[in-house]
Amino acid sequence: MTPVAARAVDVWKVYGQGEAEVTALRGVTVELERGRFTAIMGPSGSGKSTLMHCLAGLDEVTRGEVYIGETRLAGLGDTGLTRLRRDQVGFVFQQFNLLPTLTAEENILLPLAIARRRPDPAWFTTVIETVGLGDRLSHRPSQLSGGQQQRVACARALITRPDVVFADEPTGNLDSRSGAEVLGFLRTSVRDFGQTIVMVTHDPNAASYADRVVFLADGAAVAELAGPTAESVLDTMKRLDALAAVA
Amino acid sequence: MLRATLRSVLSRKLRLVLSGLAVVLGVMFVAGAFVLTDTLGRSFDNLFTTVYAHTDVEVTAKPKVAVAEADGEQVPANLPAAAVADVLGVPGVADAYGLAMADGARVIGRDGKVVSSAGAPQFGTNWTDKDPTVHLREGSRAPAADTEVAMNAALAEAAGLAVGDQVGILTLAPKKTFTLVGIFGYDRDRDSIGGTHVVAFTEPVAQQLMLGEPGTYTSIQVTADDGVPDGTVRDRIAATLGDAYQVKTGEQAAAEQSANLKQFLTFFNNILLGFAGVALFVGVFLIVNTFSIIVAQRTRELALMRAVGANRRQIVGSVLLEALLIGVLASLLGLGAGIGVGGVMARLAASFGGDLELAGLGVPATAVIAAFTVGVLVTMVAALIPALRASRIPPMAALQEAATPDRPLTRITVIGAGVFAAGATTLGVGLSGVGDATLWTVLAGVLVSFVGVALLTPVIARPAVSLIGRLFSWSVPGKLGRLNSGRNPRRTAITAAALMVGIALITGVTTVLASATTSLTKIVNEAVQADLVISGLQTGPRPPTFDPAVLDRTAQLPGVEAVAGGSFDEALVDGDRTGVAAVSDMGALQRIAMLKPTAGRVDALADGQAALDADRAARDGITVGQTVTIQLSRGEPHTYTVTGIYARNEMIAGWLLPPSATRDFGIPQPVQAFVTVADGTPVPEVKAQVAALLADSPEVSVGDREEFVAQQTSDVDTVLVMIQVLLALAILIPMWTPCW
Repeated sequence: MTPVAARAVDVWKVYGQGEAEVTALRGVTVELERGRFTAIMGPSGSGKSTLMHCLAGLDEVTRGEVYIGETRLAGLGDTGLTRLRRDQVGFVFQQFNLLPTLTAEENILLPLAIARRRPDPAWFTTVIETVGLGDRLSHRPSQLSGGQQQRVACARALITRPDVVFADEPTGNLDSRSGAEVLGFLRTSVRDFGQTIVMVTHDPNAASYADRVVFLADGAAVAELAGPTAESVLDTMKRLDALAAVA
Repeated sequence: MLRATLRSVLSRKLRLVLSGLAVVLGVMFVAGAFVLTDTLGRSFDNLFTTVYAHTDVEVTAKPKVAVAEADGEQVPANLPAAAVADVLGVPGVADAYGLAMADGARVIGRDGKVVSSAGAPQFGTNWTDKDPTVHLREGSRAPAADTEVAMNAALAEAAGLAVGDQVGILTLAPKKTFTLVGIFGYDRDRDSIGGTHVVAFTEPVAQQLMLGEPGTYTSIQVTADDGVPDGTVRDRIAATLGDAYQVKTGEQAAAEQSANLKQFLTFFNNILLGFAGVALFVGVFLIVNTFSIIVAQRTRELALMRAVGANRRQIVGSVLLEALLIGVLASLLGLGAGIGVGGVMARLAASFGGDLELAGLGVPATAVIAAFTVGVLVTMVAALIPALRASRIPPMAALQEAATPDRPLTRITVIGAGVFAAGATTLGVGLSGVGDATLWTVLAGVLVSFVGVALLTPVIARPAVSLIGRLFSWSVPGKLGRLNSGRNPRRTAITAAALMVGIALITGVTTVLASATTSLTKIVNEAVQADLVISGLQTGPRPPTFDPAVLDRTAQLPGVEAVAGGSFDEALVDGDRTGVAAVSDMGALQRIAMLKPTAGRVDALADGQAALDADRAARDGITVGQTVTIQLSRGEPHTYTVTGIYARNEMIAGWLLPPSATRDFGIPQPVQAFVTVADGTPVPEVKAQVAALLADSPEVSVGDREEFVAQQTSDVDTVLVMIQVLLALAILIPMWTPCW
């Protein structure tokens, strides 16, 4: 088993044609190590979300290659991508995206239900304890706070033990305390269960929970930080802004 | 997955149930049709089992002209009274007696009008004390003299008559007056069996008035000796009497009569199924609409399902499962409503057709199967397109705020244009009359063109909406409405389409019926010069008739120029069954209907002469001077010489026979007459005089051409109102559901 959970090799992404053509990614190459928490940072329009969509198989690349584990995404087709999403990938969205008609427990188990798999009771208990939802399982999303809803969403992403969990601005809709809680157990799941997590964020504080930060600007990977703190992330961003201003 | 779908359905149950309302109505009509047919069918079975309870074997003569029940009245042939003696001589026969019983004894009630039996037969028969189920009521006796009659209690009550009253009765002969001496009922104190009205005459009178021939019967009722099977007796009688007779066990006869009556139910059934079709057609549009909205609303939800690993099939399955649930629920509700409607209609039909004793409400397995098949299938087929659209939602949609952009209308427009072109072509082919199934081709063409137009509606929607919207854009809500309906042309179109179906159907039905009235008016005005028409509105299997003497007396009225009356019968002409008419005065008819001879002459028909229209003559290769053999409903076949061939018009066509032919007609009395009045004589004056002559013929009236058309089309208006109410029910009620 390689130490790389997902990688992008010289990935280009171009939207539109002719005058409306927009190049979102220009030759990004990045490797995401297994069992680590990677944050992708960058200002608005830097292509960080596009990169994540391409890595997760939600969007097709224009050129280049994307791999999840040993699976090459190009040419998988709808069936292959569906299987990939079912078995190898988990998602956490900014908007939580829970089904309003299902209870918290049913939402967590939804991916397994779709795959027609039985939940592993021990793993279920572990996940529930990690996100701290034990007494809220029978509640509907509308009866939960934003932080609690996002914890349900995290549990839903973890329950299938995917190769990679992609989190898209997971704290974007949360107050700072709830955000800190969510980030806390994302990190816990990496440390304790060896889960691989890729998180897109523009919040330096959120990025500081990661093991490594990849910085994007104008569709290219421009910098990297290992063992970041909120200050070092902020410094790097300021430096990149200054560079951009010079250019 | 299943649970997610179920929960999602429950969270929108009101909208879904309402959108299923059209399906509920459709299923209701389908189930109602089956329940009605089954309940009435078994009631008929019971009825005839009662009628034949004491008859082991029945003997009848083969009809001279066989007519299917749906095509008109078949006149049963008479059998000679001597046959009863032959039957009595057959070993195993305990008793046998002849019945001279026929439909068409119309009693004139206290109010001077013919008593209506509301569709049930009005039998005239010979009185016999051999029927153990018939019981004279108190103060009654059997008719003994030829001027006396008895009648069943239902008829006496409907006519408002009591023992001792004088009663006028119309039969094969014009009105005759009798003394009512007896009122009778049946076993279990019933006033009537199945709502039939029965008048009992003495035997010779019944034979003369009901059968038109003395010394004859319509049937022989046979009781078998104990221990001898009915079938054995039947076979022995058949062997004795020979081929000219039909011999059946009571059981067989009951089953056959019941089956005959059940054919009429098919008609009801088809009407109900027609409305079911309309409701379901509308239902398809509404369900497509509702599901399109639901799928749009659930975009993020469905995208999330895709993101966490659901495949396309699962998404389609989840939407279709929703449709299945609605279909099942709608079918269940529709089945329940249908059982209720069927029951109520059976009750109505039973009380309408006299007093049919209703068998218990029956819900045949076919009703349940049809209800669920139709309801579920229609719902699921309608939901298929939205379901497929749902499966194309990319998982990316879960991450995006904006809904997926509207797809361009190019494809749907191209398909719509293609479908419309195909429909229009089919319609054109159908209208040009090429091929055999013209009607079906036209119908298919209309339906396909309609779908084509529906598919084209999104393209038309935007300009149309903006144009119509301008009328209202002076107000803010008007402006918003215009922008809103222009924003999503598909949604606007599909909502409009449901309404389109309704309006198209109502317009279509109204147009067809209005055309019928208009063309009848045109035919009457162009084809007939008559100033007055004597006729009645036919409401049952027997046409209204009047006393032939009225024709002569009308002709003698001052100022009357010409009178031509017609009687009608079914006949075999050289073995082919066809309708024939006997004309009272051929010369008068030629003038009134402006008949033009193409060969021979058509101003007179003597005994043994016949005339035919040119089209039919050409078809059958008949020329003037040729002889044909004509078998009428009664009597023996006669030879006629064709003396005239005329150009047909809209009113007059087919075989015309001299007045003497009515001797052998099933109903010899005239059904219709045309009268012309000399110039200078006021028509209303003559009309009043003719009306006075018709006093004893209450089934018909005299009127000018306008009144004649109004009379003949009066039921068209009733039908129109009925259809519009039912269409409104089937269309407009579900229409307001999208408002929820």
